[in-house]
Amino acid sequence: MKNQVIYRIEVRAKPGFNDARCAAVAADVRTLGLSAPVAVEIADLYFLSGALSEDDVARVARRLLCDPVTQTFALGASPQPAGAHSVEVVLRPGVTDAVADELVRAAHALGARGVERAATGIRYTLRGALDTEQVARIVRRLLANEVIQVFTIDEPVTPHLDYAAEDNPRIEIIPIRDADDDALVKLSRERRLALNLEEMRAIRHYFAEIGRDPTDAELETLAQTWSEHCVHKTFKARVQVVGEGSSFADAKPATVIDGLLKTYIKRATDEIAAPWVKSAFVDNAGVIAFDDEFDLAFKAETHNHPSAVEPFGGANTGVGGVIRDIIAVSARPIANTDVLCFGPQDWPFEALPEGVLHPRRVRSGVIAGIEDYGNKMGIPTVSGAIVYDAGYIANPLVYCGCVGIAPANAHPRAPQVGDRIVVLGGRTGRDGLRGATFSSAALTRETGDVAGSSVQIGNPIVEKNLLEVVMAARDAKLYHAITDCGAGGLSSAVGEMGAALGAQVQLERVPLKYAGLAPWEIWLSEAQERMVLAVPPHNLAALQAICDRFDCEMSDIGTFTGDGWLRVSYRDLRVCDLDMRFLHDGLPRRTLRAVVDGRRGQAEEETARQKDQRLSRLMGLSPGQVLAKMLAHPNVASKEDVIRLYDHEVQGGTVIKPLVGVGNHGPSDAVVIKPQGTRGLRGFALACGINPSIGKRDPYAMAVSVADEAVRNLVCVGADPARIALLDNFCWGDPEDPETLGALVEACRGCYDAALRYRAPFISGKDSLNNTYLDGRGHRVSIPGTLLISAIGIVDDVTRCITMDLKRTGSRVYLLGETRDEMAGSLFDEVVGAVSAHAPTLPEHASALYAALHRAILAGLVRAAHDCSEGGMAVALAEMARAGRIGIRLTSLGHAEPWVALFSESNGRIVVEVAPEHAPAFEALLHGLPWAMIGVTTELPGVWLPDGTPLLDG
Amino acid sequence: MLHYPAVNARPRILILYASGTNRDRDAAAACELAGGAPEIVHVNQLRAGERCWSDYQMLVLPGGFSYGDALGAGRLVALDLNVYFADEVRAFVESGKPVLGICNGFQALVKAGILPGCETGDAAQCATLARNARGHFECRWVTLIPNPESPCLFTRGLSEPIYCPVAHGEGNFIPRDEAMLMALRARNQIALTYGRQGSVLRREEELAVEAQPSLLGSWSSVGYPDNPNGSVADIAGICNAQGNVLGLMPHPENHIYPWQHPRWTRGEGGGLGLALFQAAIRALACGV
Repeated sequence: MKNQVIYRIEVRAKPGFNDARCAAVAADVRTLGLSAPVAVEIADLYFLSGALSEDDVARVARRLLCDPVTQTFALGASPQPAGAHSVEVVLRPGVTDAVADELVRAAHALGARGVERAATGIRYTLRGALDTEQVARIVRRLLANEVIQVFTIDEPVTPHLDYAAEDNPRIEIIPIRDADDDALVKLSRERRLALNLEEMRAIRHYFAEIGRDPTDAELETLAQTWSEHCVHKTFKARVQVVGEGSSFADAKPATVIDGLLKTYIKRATDEIAAPWVKSAFVDNAGVIAFDDEFDLAFKAETHNHPSAVEPFGGANTGVGGVIRDIIAVSARPIANTDVLCFGPQDWPFEALPEGVLHPRRVRSGVIAGIEDYGNKMGIPTVSGAIVYDAGYIANPLVYCGCVGIAPANAHPRAPQVGDRIVVLGGRTGRDGLRGATFSSAALTRETGDVAGSSVQIGNPIVEKNLLEVVMAARDAKLYHAITDCGAGGLSSAVGEMGAALGAQVQLERVPLKYAGLAPWEIWLSEAQERMVLAVPPHNLAALQAICDRFDCEMSDIGTFTGDGWLRVSYRDLRVCDLDMRFLHDGLPRRTLRAVVDGRRGQAEEETARQKDQRLSRLMGLSPGQVLAKMLAHPNVASKEDVIRLYDHEVQGGTVIKPLVGVGNHGPSDAVVIKPQGTRGLRGFALACGINPSIGKRDPYAMAVSVADEAVRNLVCVGADPARIALLDNFCWGDPEDPETLGALVEACRGCYDAALRYRAPFISGKDSLNNTYLDGRGHRVSIPGTLLISAIGIVDDVTRCITMDLKRTGSRVYLLGETRDEMAGSLFDEVVGAVSAHAPTLPEHASALYAALHRAILAGLVRAAHDCSEGGMAVALAEMARAGRIGIRLTSLGHAEPWVALFSESNGRIVVEVAPEHAPAFEALLHGLPWAMIGVTTELPGVWLPDGTPLLDG
Repeated sequence: MLHYPAVNARPRILILYASGTNRDRDAAAACELAGGAPEIVHVNQLRAGERCWSDYQMLVLPGGFSYGDALGAGRLVALDLNVYFADEVRAFVESGKPVLGICNGFQALVKAGILPGCETGDAAQCATLARNARGHFECRWVTLIPNPESPCLFTRGLSEPIYCPVAHGEGNFIPRDEAMLMALRARNQIALTYGRQGSVLRREEELAVEAQPSLLGSWSSVGYPDNPNGSVADIAGICNAQGNVLGLMPHPENHIYPWQHPRWTRGEGGGLGLALFQAAIRALACGV
C-alpha cells in the first residue's frame, strides 16, 4: 500500500461560465480589509488511488466529475499561476468526506473497479497584490479550518489516502488505587475527564473495593456517564442559596434547594398534570398527544463548543443529533427549529481573543451547517431566531430543535434479557472522541488545537437512510428499545439502555471506518448517524432485510444479559467490567452554592430626577428616529436572507410560513404545520422566546419574559392556549461561581412561575453549562446567561389561523394587555444608551387575555395579530404595517407616557386588527380584561402618531 | 365536476426513491389526490427484481438530495438510470407514458441525457442545471407560466399560471449552446417559464423576447427573484420532443391544497400545482 500512485483531477468552470462561489469568496476577502482588490478562481480537486489506468481516471472524470456543459477537467496538477497565489485545501485524515465515499461507489458502478480510495479538495487562485503573509491570513480566516483541514500555499497538496493501519488491541490499566488526591486531580485534568476530586475519590473507592485498577475504557466510560452533558449534575445538585451580602455560614437549612430540575422544572409539569402529556423528562424527547391517532415529540439541544471550533461541522452535527433524539422516540422528524446567538458581525479582527474565529465566519458556517443537514434530510426548518451580543464572540450558541410524529404509543422502551444489541447506521471512527467531557469543560485558547478529534462532520444521507430503516422497523415491531449514539457514543447508549439489565458487548464486531482504533476509542467514539436497538434474536433477519433495502449498515454487537453488569470485550481482552449500579448511581451528589441578588426584580422606585435623566438621553431624538434605529438593529432586522436558505416547504405541511404578508417577507410570530398523513385539519404551531438582554438585568424577568413570548407567539397565530407545552434550554456560565448559579436559580424560579401561570408544562429540556472562555490573559469570560423557551401548541383547525400582516384599510387596531414602564434590558435602553429601572414582569391577566383572543380568532373576528416583544408596540406596529403594505393612524397610545407606550417591553401584549363590523363582538369577549382601541388602518402606508407626526414613513 | 376513474382504475405511479430522496411522500400525496395510485419504490427494489418498471403507467422522480448531491445534483441517480436501468427507462419513455422529474428528479433526467433529449438519440447530456446564479440554496414561491403551444402532456389545457415553491441550490438551466436553445423554442419544449409574481398568462410577451447574442448575457426577462436561479430564458421546466417527459425545478407537489398558498390568510388562492398531476392522469385515462 505504500507509495502508491495518487491520481489528481482538477475541475473548473469553462471560460465564460461563472462559478458563483468565486464572487462569494471574493466578497468575504473584501471584509478582511486588505488594501488591494482580490479576484478569486476556484477549481475542485479529486484524488483517486488504487489499481487504475489513465483511461479509468479519464472516464471517471468525464462521466462523474465534470459537467460537460459548464466545466472542463485536467489530469494532474496545473502549473502555478503567474502573478497569483494558489491555495489548496483538503480534509485531514479520518474526517468524514461523504463525496469521496460516493465517488468510490460510483466509480465502481461505472466499471472502474480498481478505485480503492478517493479524496476531495479545493484549489483557490488569488489574484491581486498580495504578499505571502496576507495570503496566509486569508487562508486562516476564510478558506481553511485547521481543525479539520490541511492547506498548502503555492504548491500542490497531497491528501492522506493511505491510512491503512494495524489492528490496535491496546488496553491501558490506570493505577488509581494508589493515587493521592493531588494525583486524582491531575489524572482528571490530563485525561480531560472533567471530574472533580469528590467524583475521582468515588471512583478510587470503587476500584479499591473490587481490588483492581480500572482500564482506560472504564475510566472514560465513567467520565462520560458522569459528565454534566449526560447526567446534568448541576440541575440535580443540592443548591445552598443565600442573599447577596450574607455568608454561607449564616445560611439556614431552609434555603437549600433540593435540585433545580426537581424543584422548579419538573414540579411545574407535575402540578399542571396535563392529561395530554405522554412523556416528560424520561425519553430522549418530550411527547404530547396530537390527536387520537398520533403523538408529537419535541426536543431542543445545543451544540455550542463544537460550533465555536468548527462552525459548519458543529452546527451540522447539532442538527443531526437532535433529529436522532426524535428518531430515538420512534418518531418521524417533521420540523426543525434553530436559534442562534453570535457576536456582532462588524467586530474588529484586532479585538478578537486569540484562537477565536470571527463572528462572521461563525455565523456563515453555522447557518450553512444547519442548511445542509435539514435540507438534505428533507425536514422543513421553520422556526428560529438570531441574537447578536458581544457576549457570544468566543462562545456562540447553537440551539437545534426538532419535532417528530409517531402513531400514538408506538414507541417501545423495554429491552428484554436476551435481546441483541444492534448498531445501525454509520461506521465508527475516531470522530468526536470525548465530546461529552469537551462540552462540559471551558473553552481555552488551545481548544481549537487539542479538540480536533472532538469535532465531527455529519452525513445527513446516512441519517436519512437510518430514519427510513427505523420507521419501517417500528411499524413491523422489530425492536424492544432504541436510543441514539450521542455524547459518549456506544458507552452511553448501551450503558443507558442496559442500565437495569446489564449488557455484554464484543467490540470487534463494530464496523470501523479504518483500522487502528484502540478498544476504548471504539467504545467512546462519537461518530455520527448511529442508533442502538434492542432486537429479539428472531427479528434480526427481518431487520437485516430492511437495512439492505435502504443501504444501511447493521451489526449485532452483543446482548442484554440480565446480570446487571456492563461487560465489554475486544476479542479475548477485557475492556470494561463495571457494575451498572455504580455506573449509574455511584456519582456523588454535588452541593453547590448560589448567591441570589435580592434587589433584582424589585428595583427601587425611580425618582423623578432619575427618570428625567434617563429620558434626557432622548433629547433631539423623535420617536420615529428611535424606531428607525430599532428596525435597523440586527436583532430586529429581517432574517429573510437566512430563512430562505432553509427549505421550509418540504413535507408540504407549512400552513403558516416563517415569512408572511403581501410580499412574503413579514416576520411571522409562529409557524403552523399540518403533518402529512394525519386526518382532518388539525395542526400544531411552533414558536420560541429568547432575550439575554433582559437576563443581564434580571434573570427571573428573562425567564418569565421568554416563556410569555413563546406562549403569546403561539396564541397570535391561533394555537389553543390550553394545549401548549414548553422546552427549556439553558446556556449558562460556570455553575461553581455562586453568582452565576444564583442567576440560574432565579431563572428556574421564573420558569416555574410562568409555566403555572399559563398551565403550560415543560416536557423536555437541556442545559449547557460552563459556557466560559479563557482568553489570552487568563481571564475567564462567561456568556450572558441565556434561556431559550421553545413552545409547541395544538391548532384544532389550521384554516382558522391568522397572520401578523395587516389585511384591510378601515380596520380597528387594538392593543391587548397592560403597558407599564418596564424597560430594563429593553431594546430602547440599548439603542438610546439608557439604563431603565424595571424589567418586564409576569403579566397578571395574560392567561385570560390569551383565552379570550383565542375565542375571537376561532369566531373569525380577528384579521391580524402580532405580539409586542423587542422594541415594544412601536416595532410591532411597524412590522404589521410593512407586511400588509397599508398604514395605521394611531388615535391613542394606551399609556400616558409616549416613550413607555411605544417602546416598553411589558409582557402579555398583542396588537390586533379587527374589522369594524366585528368590533362589538370582539370587545365583548374582552370584558373585564385590559385592552385599548389605539387606531385605525389606512390606505396611506406608514404609522402615524395621534398628533399626526409620523412614527414610520410609508 | 371532474370524474376520476374508479378506484380500481387508478393508474399505478412509480415514485422512484434513491438514497437521499426526500419529497417522495409529497409527490405521492399529489399523485393520490390527482387520482393516481402511487407507490414509493426504492432503486434497490427494482435492482433486486422485487418491482418491475413495466407494471407502472407513470413515473415520478421526486425531489431531494439523492446521494447527498455528491458530484453534482442528480449526477448519481443519472448514473443509476444509465447503468442499471437503461433499457427499462428507454422503454418507459418511448412508450409515451408520463414521466415527471421534479427538482432533483429534473436534475437526474437532464444529467442522464433524457431531457431535453438530443436529436442524435444517444443518452448524452446536452444541457445542465448549474449552481444558482446567486450561489446558494433558496426557498421561495414562484409563478410558472405554461406554454400553450407545448406538446407537454402535463401542461396541456392549463388555463392559469402555477404558483408553487422552489427549494434548490442547483437550478440554473443552461442549454449546451444557442442552437440547442433555438431548437427547444422551435419544438416548444420550454413547457414552463418563470413569470412575474401575480402575472397572468402572457405568452405573447414571452415570445417577443429576442434571442440574445450570448448564453452568458441576461436571458431573463423577469429577473431575480421571480427567476430565482438565473435560468437562461427564464426556463423553469422542459419537456422532451414527444411531450410525455417533463422536468421542472419548482415543486408543484407542495401546492395541492389551498392552505399551502403563502397568502391564503389574505384571501388569496389559485395556481394549484395539482393541475400538472391531474393533466397527466387525465391523459392516461384517455389512453396515452
